[in-house]
Amino acid sequence: MSESSSKDGFSVSRRSFLKTFGTSAAVAATAQVQAVADELDKVNKEKIVGPEAVPITLQVNGKPIKLTVEPRVTLLDALRNMTPLTGNKEVCDRATCGACSMFVDDKLVYSCSLLAIEAQGKKITTIEGIGQPGNLSKVQEAFVEQDALMCGYCTPGFVMSVTALLRKTPKPTEADVRHACSGNLCRCGTYPRILQAALKAAGVTKTSKTEVISYGNVA
Amino acid sequence: MATWPEKPTYISSHHTRIDGPLKVTGAAKYPSDVQPEGWLYGMVLRSKWAAAKVTKINLDPALKVPGIKAVALAPAISERQKTGADITLRYYGDEIAGVAGTSKQACLDALKAIQIEATELPYVVREEDAKEDDAPRVWADTPNLSKPNGRETGEVDKAFGECAAVVEGLYTTQVQIHNPLETHGNTVSWTDEGITCWASTQGITSVHDGLAGSLGVPASQVRVISEFMGGGFGAKFGQGVEGNLAALLSKQAKAPVRIFLTRFDQALAVGNRPSSFQKIKLGAKEDGMLHAFEFDNYGTAGIGGAADGGGGGSGVGLRAPYIYVVPNTRVKQAVVNINAGSGRSFRAPSCPPSSFGMEAVMDDLAVKLNMDPVEFRLKNDTRTPGWDIRQKQYKIGVEKFGWKEKYKKPGSSPGIVKTGVGCAGSAWAGGGRGTRAEAEIHPDGSVEIRCGTQDLGTGTKTYIAMIAADVFGLKPQDILVRIGDTRFPPSGGSGGSSTSPSVSPAILDTCTKALKALQDQTGVADARGENWKGACKKLGVNPLTTQGQWQQGLSNQNTGGVQFAEVEVDTETGFVKVKKVLVVQDGGLILNRLTCESQLNGGVIMGIGYALYEERVMDRHSGVMLNPNFETYKITGLADVPEIEIVFFDMPERGVIGIGEPSTVPTAAAIGNAVANALGVRVNSIPITPQRVLAALGKDKLSIA
Repeated sequence: MSESSSKDGFSVSRRSFLKTFGTSAAVAATAQVQAVADELDKVNKEKIVGPEAVPITLQVNGKPIKLTVEPRVTLLDALRNMTPLTGNKEVCDRATCGACSMFVDDKLVYSCSLLAIEAQGKKITTIEGIGQPGNLSKVQEAFVEQDALMCGYCTPGFVMSVTALLRKTPKPTEADVRHACSGNLCRCGTYPRILQAALKAAGVTKTSKTEVISYGNVA
Repeated sequence: MATWPEKPTYISSHHTRIDGPLKVTGAAKYPSDVQPEGWLYGMVLRSKWAAAKVTKINLDPALKVPGIKAVALAPAISERQKTGADITLRYYGDEIAGVAGTSKQACLDALKAIQIEATELPYVVREEDAKEDDAPRVWADTPNLSKPNGRETGEVDKAFGECAAVVEGLYTTQVQIHNPLETHGNTVSWTDEGITCWASTQGITSVHDGLAGSLGVPASQVRVISEFMGGGFGAKFGQGVEGNLAALLSKQAKAPVRIFLTRFDQALAVGNRPSSFQKIKLGAKEDGMLHAFEFDNYGTAGIGGAADGGGGGSGVGLRAPYIYVVPNTRVKQAVVNINAGSGRSFRAPSCPPSSFGMEAVMDDLAVKLNMDPVEFRLKNDTRTPGWDIRQKQYKIGVEKFGWKEKYKKPGSSPGIVKTGVGCAGSAWAGGGRGTRAEAEIHPDGSVEIRCGTQDLGTGTKTYIAMIAADVFGLKPQDILVRIGDTRFPPSGGSGGSSTSPSVSPAILDTCTKALKALQDQTGVADARGENWKGACKKLGVNPLTTQGQWQQGLSNQNTGGVQFAEVEVDTETGFVKVKKVLVVQDGGLILNRLTCESQLNGGVIMGIGYALYEERVMDRHSGVMLNPNFETYKITGLADVPEIEIVFFDMPERGVIGIGEPSTVPTAAAIGNAVANALGVRVNSIPITPQRVLAALGKDKLSIA
C-alpha cells in the first residue's frame, strides 16, 4: 500500500489495509510487532473519513471541481457521474482495458482504480484536457488522419497512452508503441492504425500495405 | 436506373471521419454519457444460481437504502408473480430486478439489500453433459437436445466407397462473447409525454418498436436516439431486459434512468456466438473433386435464442459444406440447451465456425491427396455465390503472399519454433434495401442530411457526407449529417453488413432529387459547386426539404474474399504467434477506402481472437461463467496484431456492398490451417491455446504433470 496521503491527511488505502490485516499480521510477524504497532499508531492519528460522503476538491484540467463523494467512489465514477467530463470511458472498471486512463500529476493512471479522495491535491488531466475539437493535440490529429478509431469508445484511452509515451519517448519505435499500448484494449480492431498514428505524431511515417486492384484487370 | 457519379471527387477516396475530432477528444456523447436533467444511476440484480425456483422476493429493503428512488422486478418475473406461476431462474446472470438511485454506490447497496429466497435446482452448463438423457433439463417440458434437422442429397454411404481419400474428425468451436467496449444499455426517460431512450444500439428502429410493444406505449410517443454508440457486433438490436427495466424505473422515479451493464453482466447475459461440435467426414475422388460429405453438428445457444427478449437469432445451425458443393451430402444438426446466457447473432452468424470446420477438413484432405491446398480449393470452389471472384482472389493471393515459396509439407519446418501457412475463403450474402432519407437545403447554403440509421464505427456518417458533397459539388465538411434518431426518415438495423448497401443509395437518391428541386425552384440550371450559394439564396426564406429512398441498381449483395495466414508455433510452449495475414477482399464500389480498410483490419483482428484467445469458460461444479472480464477472457491486443496486408478488388460496376462481416469469416480457419501446416498435426479446436497445441503434439501430459 502506498504511503501517499493527500494534503488533507486522508489515507484510506493504508488504513483499510491495516484495519483488515493489521491484527493478524502483528500476530504472525512477531519480530515486527513493534513496527506494526507504531504504524497503527501513526495511522490512527490521521483523519478518518467515511463511510458517509465527504466534500472534496479536485483539480481537473486546470480548474477546481468541488464534489461530495463517499470515500469508496473512484476518480472515474466521480468525474463520469457527477460532472460533464464523460470523455474517459468505463469499460472494464478493473484496470484491464485502459479506457479510463487519466494523467494524475503527469503519471498515467487507470482512474477506475484510484479513489476520488486520493486524487485530491493532484493535477488531473482527462481527455478533455488534452485537446478539443478545433484545437486537437498532435496525437489526436494523427488519430483522425490515420483513422485510428472506429466506434471510438476506446479512443480516449489510447490517445492518453500514446500522449504519455511521446512525452517520455519523442521518437518511439514500433515496439515502444506496442508496449505503451499494452494496457489498452479495442474491440473494433483499430490497432494497426493506432500504431501508425502514434508514429505519425512522432514524425515517423508508416503506411498500410493496401492495394486496390481493378477486378477487370485480373486474368 | 440510377447510377453513381462517374467522376466523383470524394466517393471512393480516402476520407477521414467527419466525427473523428469529436471522438478523439471525448466530446462525442455516447448513450452511456448523456446526463439528462435529474438522471439516476441504475443497476440490475441477477441470479446467483445456475438454476433455481424463487420462493420469496422482497424488494422493500432496497427502497430504504439512502439515495434509492425506484425498484422494479424484471417484466418476465413480475408477470409470473402476478399470475402465481412458478418463477424459475435458468442461468447465472438471469435478470431478477432493477434499482435506480442517485449514485452507483447506492445501487450497489440496494442490490445487496434485496431479499431473494430460492431453492436451487439441478443445472447443466456444458454441452457434452447436457445432451445426455439423464441430464437436468433446462426447460422442464423439452429435452435439452433438439430433434436434429437433416438433409441428404445423393447416395452418401456408397459415394464414400468411391473416394480415393477420406478425412474425418471432430472440430469444435467455442462460445464467443461480443464484448463491445460500450456495454449494452440505455438511458431512458419515461414521462407523461412518452419515452425518450438514448440507446447504444445497432437498430434505433428495433429499440423503438421493442419499447413501444413491450411497455404498451403508442409508437408515436417513443423516440430513440443513438448519435454515437460504442460498438456492436450483432447483439445490440433490442432494448433488452435492461432497457425495459430502465423505462419502468424511470416511470416510477419520475426521472431519467441510465442502466449500462457492468462488464461482468455483459458477459453473462446479452448474447454470444454459439459453440459447435462438428463431426465431419469428407471424401474426394482421385482427380481431387469432392465427392462425399457427412456432417453431424450440435452446439449451444445457452437457454435458447428467443428467451431473453434481446432479439436476434442464435446461429447454432451452420452452413455445411460451407462454400463448397459436394454431390453426395448428408447434414444433421441439433441444438443443445444449457443453463447459460442466450446466443445472439454475432458478426457473420454461423460463418466463422462453419469456415473453421470445413476449411480444416479441406486442408487435411488436400494433404492426403498430395495436392496444394490452394489448387484443391480452386478445383472445388466453383459454384456458390462469389466463387468466380474467389477464383481470381486465390490467384492474386498466391502471388502477393508468396504462397508457392512459403507452403511446405506439413510439419517440415525445422527447429523448435515452426512456421506454417494456411488459407481459407469466405462468402457473405449481405445486401440491404429500404432506407429513406431527407435533405434540407437552407437559403444560406448550409445543408443537413437526415437519416434514421446509426453509425457503429463503420463510418456511415462520413460516407453520407461524401456522397452529398459529390452530388452538390461541395465539401464533406459543408454537410451536416444527422443520424441516429427515430424522428428522421427510417432506415433499419445495422446487421448483416446491410447498412452501406441500404443507406448509400438512399443518400444518392435524396441528394440527386434535392439538387433537381433546388434547380427547378430557383431556375438555376446548374446549382452545383460555386453556383451553390447563389442558388440557395434564391430560395427566399424557407429551406427546401426533399425526401428520397433506396434505389435498385446502386448496391449489391454476395461478396467473396480469401485470406492467407502465416504463423509461428513454439513446439515447447505451445504458443502461436500470427506473423502475417493477407486479405484479398471484394469491396464492390468502395465508398471510403480509409474506413473500409479499417473495417477489414478489424475483421481480421477479431478473427485472431476467435482463433487463439477467446472462450467462455463455464464451471460444471458451480454453474457459473468463470471469466466474465478482460483478464481471463482474452481479446486481441496491439501486441498480438500481425502485419495485415489488404488487397481490395475494386468492382464499382457491382455497386456498394457491405464488408464488415465477410472480413472476419475466414481468419480463424486460415490460422488453424497455418498451425496444422507448421506442426504436421491438426489442432481440432479453437481457440488454439498453448495447451491444445501441446496436446496435439502429445506433450500435454508431460507439461501438466
